[in-house]
Amino acid sequence: MFAADFDYYRADSVAAAGRLLAEHPGAKLLAGGHSLIPLLKLRLSAPAAVIDIGRIAELRGISVDGGTLRIGALTTHAEIAASADVQRHARALAEAAGQIGDPAVRNRGTIGGNIAHADPASDLPTVLQALGATLDIAGPHGERPVGIDGFFQGVMTTALAADDLLTAIRIPTAGQSQGSAYVKFPHPASRYAVIGVAASLTSGTGGGWRTVLTPGASRETVCSNASVAIGGLVPAPARCGAVEQALAGKPLSDETFAEAAAAVGGDLGDDLLGDVFASGEYRKAVAPVYVRRALAAAASRVG
Amino acid sequence: MKVPVSITVNGRRHEHEVEPRLLLVHFIRVLAEQTGTKIGCDTSQCGACTVLIDGVAAKSCTTLAVQADGAEVTTIEGLADGEQLHPLQESFWNKHGLQCGFCTPGMILAAHELLRTNASPSEAEIRHGLEGNLCRCTGYQNIVRAVQDAAGAAADRK
Repeated sequence: MFAADFDYYRADSVAAAGRLLAEHPGAKLLAGGHSLIPLLKLRLSAPAAVIDIGRIAELRGISVDGGTLRIGALTTHAEIAASADVQRHARALAEAAGQIGDPAVRNRGTIGGNIAHADPASDLPTVLQALGATLDIAGPHGERPVGIDGFFQGVMTTALAADDLLTAIRIPTAGQSQGSAYVKFPHPASRYAVIGVAASLTSGTGGGWRTVLTPGASRETVCSNASVAIGGLVPAPARCGAVEQALAGKPLSDETFAEAAAAVGGDLGDDLLGDVFASGEYRKAVAPVYVRRALAAAASRVG
Repeated sequence: MKVPVSITVNGRRHEHEVEPRLLLVHFIRVLAEQTGTKIGCDTSQCGACTVLIDGVAAKSCTTLAVQADGAEVTTIEGLADGEQLHPLQESFWNKHGLQCGFCTPGMILAAHELLRTNASPSEAEIRHGLEGNLCRCTGYQNIVRAVQDAAGAAADRK
């Protein structure tokens, strides 16, 4: 299949990409191309110009600075999955990146392209939602940080303007008593998420006043903070407020997880995605299973 | 618009003015005349078009030729050293890891990628590592055996 004809420009810096975007309104940015090229070949997208940002060195790489893990937008899924820093500080992200497509796809696909594309069946948007990421976006008026909440606005729709360029993703590093996981129900052929759940749990010491009044009483480990997001069956990844509420202050136990997972129905809304393989109703019915598994996996990693 | 690109395919440099929409797989097959690389699904799922770009596996049907400008591309034709087959080619032959052969070039390069990142994979790791390459003939058993053979992973078969 051939894409419709387009003009091609290569940017060697973020500033140059910005200039090219200004000169060519409606141009599409090309990073690894593993979201854009399939769309071009199917002619679902036919831009007059494509701007290749794939060689901009400043957009590549993973670093840890204080309490922040920073991932350049051009970092590939393979690099993220293999990174010791990501495995240590954002386990769910490494886990999800290692499940995208297949090895050859992971060698080319980038985190920035994946997020900007915002396929509802994609894995990374859901994970970044649960991990509370911040996105650095360069626009005509300079660079600005944008919180992940509200970034994904619907199917393949984000807060990025046509002349914006996503430069980096920043994630708070996981604390000592924090664990995260990503669990998905992959489509058997495409491996895209039919349902994907990311969870990040922090444990604290519970018991409250009882332990104060009763010397020697055991202080049980409870969930002091929970951040859970779901994707695949909704137009954009959604935080699961009802699930998080059901976890607050509860012991990190299988009973708690089953109870909290059952609450996910209230987080999904009415706009459910379905296809010939799995209807929206089916996905909704199965969702609690994946929420429970993600919670249990995250809890097993709480240090 | 035409764009000048220079891509080295199997050690030989090819310079052409190409339309930006030209896919790398077409550059390889038509302009570099190396037809070992196949086009299967054309949607980056089947892996028949797998090649190495600067030593790393990629699906050449989902890569534009302009993206590979300046790169060294290795296809199935570039693996052998003269008459001396690459160990993976030898193993696919010895273990009968093919029937019709259409998936084989991509399968061997995907196996090359697996062994680059994991020198002694388990059987499960081989199956997982080749998940991006489809074979409709063999049922994969002999392909897995061929990769095990190439990796010297005989221990797995005990």
